[in-house]
Amino acid sequence: MKRPLLGLLLLLLLALPVRAQDAFTGALPGLAGGFADIATAVERLGAAGDPRALPVLRALQEGRLQKAGDGRILLPEGAGLVDAATGQPAEAAGAGAEAVRLNNRVRQALRGALGRLQILSPDPAERQAAAEAVFRSRSAENVPVLRQALARETVPRIRTQLELALAASQLVGTDEAGKRDAVARLGSAGTVEARALLLEARGGNPDLVTAIDVSIATIERTLSLRRAAETLFQGLSLGSVLLLAALGLAITFGVMGVINMAHGEFVMLGAYATFLVQEFCRGIPWLAPWSLALSVPAAFLVTAAAGALLERGLIRHLYGRPLETLLMTFGVGMILQQAVRLAFGAQNREVLSPAWMQGTLLLPGGISVTQNRLWIIVFGLAVLLLVFAAIRLTRFGLEMRAVVQNRRIAATMGIRTGRVDAMTFAFGSGLAGLAGVALSQIDNVSPNLGTGYIIDSFMVVVFGGVGSLAGTLVGAMTLGIVNKMLEPWAGAVLAKVFVLIAIMLFIQRRPKGLFALKGRAAES
Amino acid sequence: MSTTSLTFTRRAALAGLGAALAAPAIRPAFGQGAPIKVGVLHSLSGTMAISETALRDTVLMMVEWINGRGGLLGRKVEAVVVDPASNWPLFAEKARELLQVHKVDVTFGCWTSVSRKSVLPVFEELNGMLFYPVQYEGEEESRNIFYTGAAPNQQAIPAVEYLMSADGGDAKRIALLGTDYVYPRTTNRILRGFLNAKGIGNADIMEEYTPFGHSDWQGIVARVKRFASEGKKTAIVSTINGDANVPFYRELGNQGIKAEDIPCVAFSVGEEELAGIDTRPLVGHLAAWNYFMSIKGAPNEELLKLWQAHIKNPKRVTNDPMEATYTGFRMWTQAVQKAGTTAVDAVRTAMIGQKLMAPCGYEEEMLANHHLSKPVFIGEVQADGQFNIVWKTPNAVKAENWSQFIPENANRRRG
Repeated sequence: MKRPLLGLLLLLLLALPVRAQDAFTGALPGLAGGFADIATAVERLGAAGDPRALPVLRALQEGRLQKAGDGRILLPEGAGLVDAATGQPAEAAGAGAEAVRLNNRVRQALRGALGRLQILSPDPAERQAAAEAVFRSRSAENVPVLRQALARETVPRIRTQLELALAASQLVGTDEAGKRDAVARLGSAGTVEARALLLEARGGNPDLVTAIDVSIATIERTLSLRRAAETLFQGLSLGSVLLLAALGLAITFGVMGVINMAHGEFVMLGAYATFLVQEFCRGIPWLAPWSLALSVPAAFLVTAAAGALLERGLIRHLYGRPLETLLMTFGVGMILQQAVRLAFGAQNREVLSPAWMQGTLLLPGGISVTQNRLWIIVFGLAVLLLVFAAIRLTRFGLEMRAVVQNRRIAATMGIRTGRVDAMTFAFGSGLAGLAGVALSQIDNVSPNLGTGYIIDSFMVVVFGGVGSLAGTLVGAMTLGIVNKMLEPWAGAVLAKVFVLIAIMLFIQRRPKGLFALKGRAAES
Repeated sequence: MSTTSLTFTRRAALAGLGAALAAPAIRPAFGQGAPIKVGVLHSLSGTMAISETALRDTVLMMVEWINGRGGLLGRKVEAVVVDPASNWPLFAEKARELLQVHKVDVTFGCWTSVSRKSVLPVFEELNGMLFYPVQYEGEEESRNIFYTGAAPNQQAIPAVEYLMSADGGDAKRIALLGTDYVYPRTTNRILRGFLNAKGIGNADIMEEYTPFGHSDWQGIVARVKRFASEGKKTAIVSTINGDANVPFYRELGNQGIKAEDIPCVAFSVGEEELAGIDTRPLVGHLAAWNYFMSIKGAPNEELLKLWQAHIKNPKRVTNDPMEATYTGFRMWTQAVQKAGTTAVDAVRTAMIGQKLMAPCGYEEEMLANHHLSKPVFIGEVQADGQFNIVWKTPNAVKAENWSQFIPENANRRRG
């Protein structure tokens, strides 16, 4: 009799915290229900503000939270499980226990609840993420806690995010003055998310329509500039992919005049070399982060060796017979494709992207660029510089140019032209391998990887001007940018068709491409 | 030619042996008569090899399975594998070769709709029997084909209904992204009709197509993001096929499109396709199928055991078209046993009404329109590349191969 009375007394004394704890234990059983119940329970846990809710929600997010057969919620702690409601170790619950599952609705609720619980966290990274989460979950109930967070926030970046979150939360509230501030604040944010919120609010707030329209117009102005910058980036990115794929061909086709239809398959071999290096490095922890860097020389060497073998074994017997070379290399390409399919299977192979190549980088001005594409642009330009240096500055480059300009005189000067041919072809093939390393980051590593790039590569080399590196660079970038500019209004399929037609017309006017070589060498 | 003469001599030899021993009651493991031939018409090279080689292996596994149980009608079952090499006209030639040269009793094959359209006249002309195991756009019904994959009302429409439900995120705008060929275009036409009927106007529908093997998704994903920022909850419906999926999902992940904000439901992405992607950024994106490898229950365990033993890899995944091949094969063996012959006309009659407790955990039935009744599942991608089922139909759904959302079908009978 005494104990319940005491409990009641305590409850009255500590009304506030106890109520919070009640909300916590009261919400917990919902987590054992269906998705809708889980989402409601998560919202209640977030609103209760109980410190015990945080580990529960985190465990739920990571898929570690268990529900026992009898509906108790179990939290993994160390090796065992504890009952989330009582904090007591839960023994022998393993039989009927299963993980609490998530769906998108629960994830959405979870993001909001976690954001609310972490918004006063001492860790700035957590606060930043929390502010973003609260911005997305936008609930009028968050206004007080956001004001509290804003009052003590010192990091400018997080402050901006918190102000946006506050504006988003005010916009769905009932306070008219707050709404008006929110509309102005969101207008100055200049992001698509802010525009989405304003458009959503436009229908429900007839007296705010003019203010909202002004804000949206401001956002549109910023966005259209940003869109142009992003289209340019996308064009450069597509251009750099084309450049990488075409550079090897610029050597083998542009300089040597060999129509190598197996070029795409060399690209594919480079991608598989990347995959093999990754698999090799996976077993050695200290080497694993360097696998992509290591695959650059590995892919170059593998494909260069394959190229040298092809040149010495087959192509050299067919110099001066372009049609036979074309058919023969086409056959070699098919053999390589099927050989890889037999060795590795028809399934795609997974090449992981290192962390620094994942996600989006926000440049000043709010322009967002994807990291992997950015690195590929850098890599493409680096390879171009390397090729330029190799041709202009090395002994090998000098011999190569000599043989191309006049084979006989080069031979009389003591250059072993056969060896130079093999090395030139190997060099071009090795460049294809480098393209494979880059493509493994954005495309499928599958036996047909190369087929998609062979036509594009020839297009770039012919358009840019056969035998001109500058032409290859300008050609690749032009095609990339034009393609991306056409895409939004013509669609991906038609954009490609238009680009092809444009090239056909261009070649009619200028058969030698953008950068035509002049002089005797070009005539022969 | 050599095959027939060989079997002929073997048969003669067996008959002679039987007569010599004068003991007709003692029979060899497989009884008399030529083996039953099963044609396998799947691409083993070219772009579709990625998806179709697993189906070839499934048919071979089933042939092994039936022979392990003493064959069919006391005869041995033999697979005849040809490679149409992802080349659509070659499909028709290889189909003709299977029917006329090898004289197969049944064929399992095709993946893309264009390959099926290419072999259809051959099977009708020569009265063959084809089992087609892939979900498709409907608008077809041949007496020579059994469709064991889903019709649009068994996949596409329930999936979009889910996206529009409270659990699926209350989507009010839909971006239809697809590869540029007959399946995505027809499916999206049906979906547009369905969405219009549900009160979603054309201003809230975005439709984009890309070539096969498209790898540069930056622009399209950025446009979807913009489309989603116009004040209404948006979802993506993807009929992107084959290789283009990997770069598409990578781009979604890299541009930070989270499933909580813009969920993407795919109709052609299964466990096999996800095997080549790092799925961690994709958790929560959806796929609609009639089978997932993660389904519990004895029929699925049986399939998994058979498959992983056959392929000698305990980690190899299964997927929906494989299950459809498996189900089709087992129904065919049941129908042959019921008909007592492999003759196409008799087996066709026996096929209708065949039932099987399929690996999806539901009893499936072959309907008079040559399609199956199937349950529909919506699964969410998990970090390990498997699917977590978040929604399913309470019962198997009957296939409607002629969609009610295509105006021209108003006068057709409903199957």
